[in-house]
Amino acid sequence: MERILFFIFGFVAVFGSIMVVSRRHPISSVMYLLLTLFSVAALFVLRKSHFIAAIQIIVYAGAVVVLIVFVIMLLNVAESKIPVERPTLAQGVGVVAAGLLMLEGALVGSRYGAQIEKAVDVGTVEAVGKALFTSYLLPFEITSLLLLAAIVGSIVLARKKF
Amino acid sequence: MVPESYYLVLSGIMFAVGVVGVVSRRNALIILMSIEIMLNAVNLAFVAAGSYLGDPAGNVFAFMVMTVAAAEAAVGLAIVIAIFRHRETVDVSELKELKF
Repeated sequence: MERILFFIFGFVAVFGSIMVVSRRHPISSVMYLLLTLFSVAALFVLRKSHFIAAIQIIVYAGAVVVLIVFVIMLLNVAESKIPVERPTLAQGVGVVAAGLLMLEGALVGSRYGAQIEKAVDVGTVEAVGKALFTSYLLPFEITSLLLLAAIVGSIVLARKKF
Repeated sequence: MVPESYYLVLSGIMFAVGVVGVVSRRNALIILMSIEIMLNAVNLAFVAAGSYLGDPAGNVFAFMVMTVAAAEAAVGLAIVIAIFRHRETVDVSELKELKF
């Protein structure tokens, strides 16, 4: 059962990301991005990482995607000004390189073939919270500094007079 | 349970799709979305490896990656807005003043 769900959500995630990359208009891309994010959240749930799945929905679908949609609507790029995609040699090389990367990822990944025997719940809110506030307290606090820098930076960058 | 390798292969495929998007698209907004896909693929690998090893560190670092992704989206979109205000374009191939 879990395997079937994995294949369904994995297929939807890959399909969604391919559609994000291939759509012409950013709005259709962003809708497929939402599809991908939700199926990745479902994959997190399959891995019993409930905390990360909830955060994925709240932060990505609730904040990042809304921000992207907001910017697309704000810019309102005219249909004639949407960039025309012309394939170049460099892009062809890039796609081939990405294919090789994918192959390498699959080869490295298939080495870890072992099944999981121990059913340790490391992804629950309790376990993640405990780790976050004890062993990883300093990185967690530094994260807040990063967010502060991002807030100040984006306000400065998007200001009228720049 | 689904084997660890399946998750890593899926993560590799999604990362590669994101790389294709960054390398081959010209629309700055779609490039930002492809970066989000790549970060999500990495998160998937983190979470799968974390539960495989029985260590909450995988989940903790997936959390960190999400923070970085949110910060990156905010700053990246601010840059796109600033560029659009000056140049009336979101086409990254038109921004070549710094090209050698």
